[in-house]
Amino acid sequence: MDYFLTEEQQMIKEIARKIAEEKIKPIRAELDEKEEFPRELLRVMALSDLFGVYIPQEYGGFGGGAFENCLAVEELSRACLGISTSFAASGLGAYPILLYGSEDQKKKYLPEIAGGRKLAAFGLTESTAGSDAGGIMTTAELKGNEYVLNGTKQWITNAGEADIYSVIAITDRSKGPRGASAFIVEKGDPGFGFGKKEHKMGIRASATGELIFNQCRIPKDRLIAREGMGFIVVMKTFDMSRPGVGAQAVGLAQGALDEAVQFARTRIQFGKPIISFQAVQHMLADMATLTEAARALVYAAARFVDSGAKDLSKAAAMAKVFASDVAMKVTTDAVQVFGGTGYMREYPVEKMMRDAKILQIYEGTNQIQRNIIGQELNKEGGRKKS
Amino acid sequence: MHIIVCIKQVPDTKHVKLDEKTHTLIREGVESIINPYDMYALEEGLRLKDQFGGKVTVCTMGPPQAESALREAVTYGADETVLLSDRAFAGADTWATSYTLAKGIEKLGPYDLILCGKQAVDGDTAQVGPGIAERLSLPYVTWVRKIEEIKDGRMKVQRLMDDGYDRLELPLPALLTVVKEINEPRVPSLKGKMRAKNQKIQVFGVKELGVDPDQVGLQGSATQVVKVFPPPRLKERAWIEGTAESQVTQVLDKLNLLKVI
Repeated sequence: MDYFLTEEQQMIKEIARKIAEEKIKPIRAELDEKEEFPRELLRVMALSDLFGVYIPQEYGGFGGGAFENCLAVEELSRACLGISTSFAASGLGAYPILLYGSEDQKKKYLPEIAGGRKLAAFGLTESTAGSDAGGIMTTAELKGNEYVLNGTKQWITNAGEADIYSVIAITDRSKGPRGASAFIVEKGDPGFGFGKKEHKMGIRASATGELIFNQCRIPKDRLIAREGMGFIVVMKTFDMSRPGVGAQAVGLAQGALDEAVQFARTRIQFGKPIISFQAVQHMLADMATLTEAARALVYAAARFVDSGAKDLSKAAAMAKVFASDVAMKVTTDAVQVFGGTGYMREYPVEKMMRDAKILQIYEGTNQIQRNIIGQELNKEGGRKKS
Repeated sequence: MHIIVCIKQVPDTKHVKLDEKTHTLIREGVESIINPYDMYALEEGLRLKDQFGGKVTVCTMGPPQAESALREAVTYGADETVLLSDRAFAGADTWATSYTLAKGIEKLGPYDLILCGKQAVDGDTAQVGPGIAERLSLPYVTWVRKIEEIKDGRMKVQRLMDDGYDRLELPLPALLTVVKEINEPRVPSLKGKMRAKNQKIQVFGVKELGVDPDQVGLQGSATQVVKVFPPPRLKERAWIEGTAESQVTQVLDKLNLLKVI
């Protein structure tokens, strides 16, 4: 379908697709097998200016928004979700600075992130705080001109690989959610280290691990916005980034659908290609329809985000929840179309199915997304006093 | 550093077909691409620019539509572009082509290095690169698989050979033709694509280059393609197996039988 992209948006798609086809596809299975971080591929993306598509030109970016980022992420995800996660997580780490950073912070960090010279990451989750961000134990205490951080973040994408980390820590426990604050921590800051690297079911080319703060001292001007703004920073960051997760899901589903169609056209059973059987056709038809519906929703949500609208949470959550459920279904059905072949590591669809699961979990589980949508419906209903 | 990269626009050989009667390429409806070996030359030029600074100028000889190959080179990061185009250049063999390109390069002013692909995938002659160097009296190395070092006006390179590689040192300015082992070409950049839209392409013809019309194009060509034909098919083939000794015996028997020896 034609989404009436501008010439610039078309360029972003073309470049990301070229990288996906020529650079990612040939090595995706190997990176998955070895759980190897795609350092070289991220360099290729940096040289192609992809890291800066959503960053304003004044900070060295291309000047696009969430939608442009979605277009890049979708094309990369068609080839490999693990690699697109490593790419997209840098954006997740950059958004707190882009949305709430001071002018000095933006000038210092954004051009480096936009140019892909430095990779960013976002540190929120802890062993006691996943869906319940109120369980954060990591603390930050102001001592003179420095904040001192203590605690451990877990399951952080790009942990150890990124140079710049947006981290949420508690500055005043007595204030509950209003006692959290966001900070920029750099690799190499004293007292900042990394724990074990996780072994995962899918997106195995991405790095996931612990951030360990042990009397970690950072200059006090690394605070993002003001003390107590931490949760607002998190929520607004997710509002921006969730359509991106939706775009990952659309790309992955499209990749699986493409593989399934090609296979069904060439696999002969009962003397015919299996695509000539209605049972297979109907599966493919549903896969294609769901993928296109997810794309339309993700694009609409991303454009809504870029329109400067205020209440983004519901649209962003809808894009994430619907597209990721679609990706799970479409990749599972792609394996089914492939039959026994699809279960084998030699073919790409088993990896796609393993990769899909994380989309229903990270950046807020799909249950949490539904909570957000439900709460927004309740709020909207309350405003209509008819 | 000023690096000049010579490129050629060729039909995409992945999709090309042959006319069964004339055995020539059917060019209609086939997408044109930058000769794949030239992409390695362009990438190497861009890497040297990244390392040493300076600029990369891309030069091609061809019909007006070859402009699109130059624009594509800009999407990868080339700075300047020159198209050598004139009706008089048509039908050039490698002799006339290297003359014309050399004249174009002379007009571009001082340069440190000229890079070419080892050959074009349509003509497959591998003569134009060395031809340019001869015309310009430059030192040159073909089949370069690595530039080891550039220092104090000299460079060390590795030349790919069937049984390994040679290490050679030569003074700059020089010309290299490169093989695909030298690097992995990058992908176009967004900034490059934006720039390519508005890139001004310089066009030089016979007049601008001040060349002798008798030395360019078909007129200036020392060779002519008389006939194109497919290589004769070998009628009989045999696969010889066994130990080295028994294979030698088998070959000797066959040669004796054919009265070749």
